[in-house]
Amino acid sequence: MPKDNDSGIGASPKRREDVRFLTGAGNYTDDINVHGQAYVHFLRADVAHATINSIDTSAAEAMPGVVKIFTGADFAEVGGIPCGWGVTDRHGNPQQEPRHPIIADGTIRHVGEIVAAVVADTVEQARDAAEAIELDLTDKPVVVDMAAALAEDSAKVHEDLSSNLCYDWVFGNDDDDAVQAAFDAAAHVTTLELVNNRLVANPMEPRVAIGEYSRGTDEYTLHTTSQNPHVIRLLMCAFVLGLPEHKVRVVAPDVGGGFGSKIFHYAEEAFCTHAAKACGRPVKWTSTRSEAFISDAHGRDHVTKIELALDSNNNFTALRTNTMANMGAYLSTFATSVPSYLHGTLMAGNYKTPVVQVNVKTVFTNTVPVDAYRGAGRPEATFQLERVIDKAARELGVDPIALRRQNFITEFPYETPVALTYDTGDYTATMDKLEEIADVAGFAARRAESEKKGKLRGLGVNCYIEACGIAPSNIVGMLGARAGLYDAATVRVNATGTISVFVGAHSHGQGHETSFPQVVADMIGIDESMVDIVHGDTGRVPFGMGTYGSRSIAVCGSAMVRATEKIIAKAKKIAAHLLEASDADIELKDGQFTVAGTDKSVAWGDVTLTAYVPHNYPLEELEPGLEETAFYDPANFTYPSGAYACEVEVDPDTGKVTIERFSAADDFGNIINPMIVDGQVHGGLGQGIGQALLENAAYDEDGQLLSASFMDYAMPRADDVPFYQVDHSCQTPCTHNPLGVKGCGEAGAIGSPPAVVNAVVDALQSAGKNVTHIDMPLSPARVWAAMNG
Amino acid sequence: MYEFEFVKPATVGEAVAALAEEDAQALGGGQTLIPTLKQRLAMPSRLVSLSGITEMQGISDSGGVLTIGGAATHAAVAAGAASYPALAELASHIGDPAVRNRGTIGGSLANNDPAACYPAAALGSGATIVTNSREIEADDYFQGLFETALEEGEIITAVRFPVPEKANYQKFVQPASRFALVGVFVARFADGVRVAVTGASEEGVFRWREAEAALSANFAPDALDGLSVDAEGMIADLHGSKEYRAHLVAVMTKRAVAAAG
Repeated sequence: MPKDNDSGIGASPKRREDVRFLTGAGNYTDDINVHGQAYVHFLRADVAHATINSIDTSAAEAMPGVVKIFTGADFAEVGGIPCGWGVTDRHGNPQQEPRHPIIADGTIRHVGEIVAAVVADTVEQARDAAEAIELDLTDKPVVVDMAAALAEDSAKVHEDLSSNLCYDWVFGNDDDDAVQAAFDAAAHVTTLELVNNRLVANPMEPRVAIGEYSRGTDEYTLHTTSQNPHVIRLLMCAFVLGLPEHKVRVVAPDVGGGFGSKIFHYAEEAFCTHAAKACGRPVKWTSTRSEAFISDAHGRDHVTKIELALDSNNNFTALRTNTMANMGAYLSTFATSVPSYLHGTLMAGNYKTPVVQVNVKTVFTNTVPVDAYRGAGRPEATFQLERVIDKAARELGVDPIALRRQNFITEFPYETPVALTYDTGDYTATMDKLEEIADVAGFAARRAESEKKGKLRGLGVNCYIEACGIAPSNIVGMLGARAGLYDAATVRVNATGTISVFVGAHSHGQGHETSFPQVVADMIGIDESMVDIVHGDTGRVPFGMGTYGSRSIAVCGSAMVRATEKIIAKAKKIAAHLLEASDADIELKDGQFTVAGTDKSVAWGDVTLTAYVPHNYPLEELEPGLEETAFYDPANFTYPSGAYACEVEVDPDTGKVTIERFSAADDFGNIINPMIVDGQVHGGLGQGIGQALLENAAYDEDGQLLSASFMDYAMPRADDVPFYQVDHSCQTPCTHNPLGVKGCGEAGAIGSPPAVVNAVVDALQSAGKNVTHIDMPLSPARVWAAMNG
Repeated sequence: MYEFEFVKPATVGEAVAALAEEDAQALGGGQTLIPTLKQRLAMPSRLVSLSGITEMQGISDSGGVLTIGGAATHAAVAAGAASYPALAELASHIGDPAVRNRGTIGGSLANNDPAACYPAAALGSGATIVTNSREIEADDYFQGLFETALEEGEIITAVRFPVPEKANYQKFVQPASRFALVGVFVARFADGVRVAVTGASEEGVFRWREAEAALSANFAPDALDGLSVDAEGMIADLHGSKEYRAHLVAVMTKRAVAAAG
């Protein structure tokens, strides 16, 4: 079937999945109800650190509807939640890894930790019974502040560890004297201390888990809100519950957003799976929004000092960073990789700084565990680098755009001092494009207009680079990953020519159900409506690693291409047989197999039918059927990059910041569906602006989360963000994957916070305020305080 | 939430009777009470809905006084208080459309959230709170955070607003909740100016008497130059210090005067 201009790679068909999402026909985990299910309510700690002397459940057990009550003792023989990445510190020692129990076993270490679990016929009965549980606790000193946690006399979050330090890590140039020598030789050094604020992901859909157990087959099913069901199955089976993987199916149906927070294996998943057998009934848990704030892994939470050295020509000569990164009370699944290899490797940015040293201390505190959140380490790297460059430009009195341009990496491949090899990029081109779409030349006139209204206007510009397409398994294995990071796809062609593609990636907002079929349909030359993807079910899809790190199209998409190539190769052999020609002479175009140079052809559907009805078929040489699987392990990361510009107005009377313009020029390499890419960038920008202006997970000294609801945790809303100028016409295709794609899901969240802060500082400086930095979120109160400080 | 009995009387009298039961609780639009119940932070034995009482609905205008039924929703006030544009405008910016279509003026005033908008309008207008048993002047009604002159089981049946010559409400929103971080209601009457501030004080809504005196003499933003409220006694939290709130009171008051024209 010939394709029209609105289909195939590079076209922007509307997202087919949106029809069901927008008409209430989605099938989210909470929409699923299993016959006979019971409900669990988790009794969660309301103090941050305490010894559990005793738990009396006797009154609760006698209450109506109660099926069973679990405490830590019930999970004493069960493994803890594992950490998927082991970082080796600067002395060659492994990270400190405390046991991470499903239910607190003797000690409470953060507000929100599960202390007991009540399974009952209804949720309300479970809650009623939970209130009747009597806890005897002895408070322990609470550790919240990271610097205080690292003090020698600090109370410890884990008594069995030597300190609250998880690891002390150095990366890049680890010769302190050589790095110091580079700084000593500098003509100018700019230093900046900053905070990368802690965030709560807050996907629209809270987490849900339903565990089922079949006594007849000894099989378990876990429905869960996950970005990577195979990873959950592996971790839960191999490390926590000790179950054989072939007896466990993990299904993540429609998932309403993840942003990283649904990558991780959570205690509630293992609990529901375990409890289903222990109770003899399916067990369902649906998180309330209040629970989500204190049980979903948080993001960011770095405190950093960064120093940039420049020579007398303003060339960057050395960069040194010292960061404390909060781990919370336990190590979440990928917690230790985020401030190390997902952060330190990006510290070169877009610049040819020859000496880079990254120092990171990760710290245990009595707070919710911290893990990857959209960008995961890369926003933290970008923020500090692009802020210190801006500060340097201001100190030196040079144009911040010119300073960046002067130091751009311009030759590729480029090997950075922090272990990456950028394959392609054109940072000058994206900056040129940015200056055009942001109308940088017209800024002065716009500032004058703002000043007439009594407002301060600022322009902030920054670049970013990220490492996506995570990841080459052998490289991350050397760096401590305890998993491979390939992905997989099975292309199953049906007899009538329609195709189901079973993918290891998981779509929870990314639009895979639209963009992935575009690729397969384009390769074969058939209508996209003939191709569907299947995802999110370990019972159906091949072992894939899921969706995070902007990896889906670059890694799983590549596997899908490889599998489709196998399909085409086999189909050509079948066509050659039908056309009585050599398969080397068969060409596939627009769904027709043609003998080159002739008018002899056979249609896609005839070939697929022949594969399954092999009456006239070379059975002695070729198996019937048309189904192929490919696993794809990338040769390198991909390196999306870009340049962003933010224009703000600041109300000097109130400190209120309004984003007037935001422009993004991205290089994502080749693009499958430009409309979806626009949407991904828009969403990322919204989250980045949210971090910069609004969002803050703040703890008090007792370890209570002050912003534990939407009454105090400010999510960005439509009127907080402007209409965006987004361009991705600068394209330097990735050199090592078959589609030449790089990934786009996190760019907006990575690239936008420094642009916002740079713009606000610029605005305040325009009014003669000596403000060089304000920590995020740049709330009106903070901006006003900085102006009047 | 815990179990409770639900009743929906048709008259004020029936509602008063229903509220006589111990631990009975009146339910206006439920925009505060229902979330509180869901959090299990309240355990009323009976909820008495006021939304079915016809005599508590409606907005009427007579002799320069606007009377609003206690069960009138914010949306109804926004649409129906044409003779008092500043009040209609205030109502049109409370919460979001869902809140405005459920929440009621009586419910808001009975709750007296220190960051709510209506208390500023009522106090700033010198309104009269009409209950099933008496009439209470706004100056006597607001008694601190979530504290009012209402007795147990007393229902706000109506609120009477004298319509000023000029008025305006300026709200600077708390970024997360979008309640008032500071909200200032300014109203000029023939016999003087009233200025009421919400969101800012640890004592709840209050009149800024110094500004009232200055504006009564000269109803212009400049008249406020040099005036400020004491930061002591202001609320300090995640969203702003005492000093910031005190500063915003002055800024918002000036803006309200300028906007009132």
